[in-house]
Amino acid sequence: MAEKISNKSVLFNPFSKDNPVLVQILGICSVLAVTVKLEPAIVMGLSVIAVLAFSNVIISLIRTTIPTNIRIIVQLVVVAGLVVMVSQFLEAYAYAVSKQLSVFISLIITNCILMGRLEAFAMANRPWPSFLDGVGNGIGYSIILVIVAFFRELLGSGTLLGYQVVPDAAYEAGYVNNGLMILPPMALIVVACIIWVHRSFNKDLQDK
Amino acid sequence: MSALRKYLDRIKPHFEPGGKYQKFNSAFDAFESFLYTPRTRSAVATAAQIHDSMDSKRAMIIVVLALMPCFFFGMYNTGYQHWLANGATDFPFWQLMAYGFLTVLPRVAVAYIVGLGIEFIVAQWRHEEVQEGFLVTGILVPMICPPEVSLWMLALAVAFSVIFVKEVFGGTGYNVLNVALVSRAFLFFAYPAQMSGDKVWVATSSAFGTAAPVADGFSCATPLGQIATAAGAPDVITGVNGTAVTAWDAFLGLIPGSFGETSTLCIIIGAIILLAAGIANWRIIVSVFAGGLLMGWIANVFASPLYPASYIPAVDQLLYGGFAFAAVFMATDPVTACRTTAGKWVYGFLIGVIAIIIRTYNTGYPEGAMLAVLLMNCFAPLIDWCVVQANIRHRLNRIAQ
Repeated sequence: MAEKISNKSVLFNPFSKDNPVLVQILGICSVLAVTVKLEPAIVMGLSVIAVLAFSNVIISLIRTTIPTNIRIIVQLVVVAGLVVMVSQFLEAYAYAVSKQLSVFISLIITNCILMGRLEAFAMANRPWPSFLDGVGNGIGYSIILVIVAFFRELLGSGTLLGYQVVPDAAYEAGYVNNGLMILPPMALIVVACIIWVHRSFNKDLQDK
Repeated sequence: MSALRKYLDRIKPHFEPGGKYQKFNSAFDAFESFLYTPRTRSAVATAAQIHDSMDSKRAMIIVVLALMPCFFFGMYNTGYQHWLANGATDFPFWQLMAYGFLTVLPRVAVAYIVGLGIEFIVAQWRHEEVQEGFLVTGILVPMICPPEVSLWMLALAVAFSVIFVKEVFGGTGYNVLNVALVSRAFLFFAYPAQMSGDKVWVATSSAFGTAAPVADGFSCATPLGQIATAAGAPDVITGVNGTAVTAWDAFLGLIPGSFGETSTLCIIIGAIILLAAGIANWRIIVSVFAGGLLMGWIANVFASPLYPASYIPAVDQLLYGGFAFAAVFMATDPVTACRTTAGKWVYGFLIGVIAIIIRTYNTGYPEGAMLAVLLMNCFAPLIDWCVVQANIRHRLNRIAQ
């Protein structure tokens, strides 16, 4: 068993010090894909929190009975089941957003953060800490998603959550929305900027 | 001059460690070494030295000089296109020049202020000397943009490329991509409506009252823009006033286009200056043109109405758009090009081929020289690595025999 970690640090570490996107550099693909607008980013973040938390709990509950050889398959089945549930839920109650997110909800199955947490944490810990770990990592991921989507929607479309925030006067004065912000490369650069700021505040994370 | 030298010597102690303004040491150093031969760091007083007048500052100045024919021609052409658009029939030389000068001056000023400003701040912050790399970039950026690109867009693009392409990689000499071209690419992708199409290539404003503004709604695409939007084989490319554009016009550069890159003639003069001074590498220039000719010829042989640009004769491909400018001033940037001799041939050749491929087969982009150079910038280290590995293998085989 890994050394004893307090439940509090299990929940809060992934927010910053052990952030899955900023520090472990996992789940980058979906950060590029779903952050053009703020709304899908928030929904995506909530979906990942739900799937991650419950798959962590389920795997943790059956961790002693899973044969080691086929554990990846078992994990995949659990995650896939939860993802299908989330996907159906969204189609039923938030159809427009689920259309925008298209395949990316289904692709939560392949999100590296999930497999990473299941392998690294849920397989070796009890259900309650696993739940907290799932929620913590999900929130850590969502924070980055929302920050990136905030800047991309604000600068790329001049809106936030679909409401126009850049005043018409600015457009009349010659301001133009930045088309590059809507393209995926800019998401990468925004993430890089966040990592830059984050590391300059957390000097212990800087590579030697 | 000696009064200035004395003045600098008098205020110098303030900028040295322990002085009043020691924080601004790098800024002072930059000004001092801009005016005089640096005495302190690059010229050490003791031990043997190899003397060569060719330091990077000289090289930069010569590149700027080599750009001057294109720059002056750009001023003339900007005025010329404006006069044409106003339906003029006589073209007073000095008025055209003044108009072009006043159009480009704010762009050059903004590029230098933003770029050098960032360089000074970063140098201050890192306690390093200010590098001179921006001298060339600052004049290149306005030259490869439409003549009336918005000042704030230009400022944003320059800031973006200086920070994310140069400074985060370690400053002058460490950039992977060409800084000026990334500024242009940023503008191109961020503000496509202001950087392409048929509204932006002719200066229409009055440029501080030196000419009558062109009426709203005026439009004229560049030759390549017209070709890209033609249905099937393009019949005649027309200039601003509706007359046909000949290959000779394109060679001289009297066509609408980016400020400084229309004139192939002036680019050739610039190339001669660069080659005579030993700054640009002739292998890259020759191989870019060879690649462009070959690909242009292949496209022309398999000309198809789906790709209108494939009807242009291979030689004409080299005259239009930014191809020649990219070959002479962008591809030869020693920092971002290949370092090995064999690598330079491959690098240049592929730039030429890819530029024409993008221009011809991607009808969404009328011109591909910028994207081709940026793409090959990314591959330059890989090409060098392959050349070095091949050489190692070659030598190992020689031992084995």
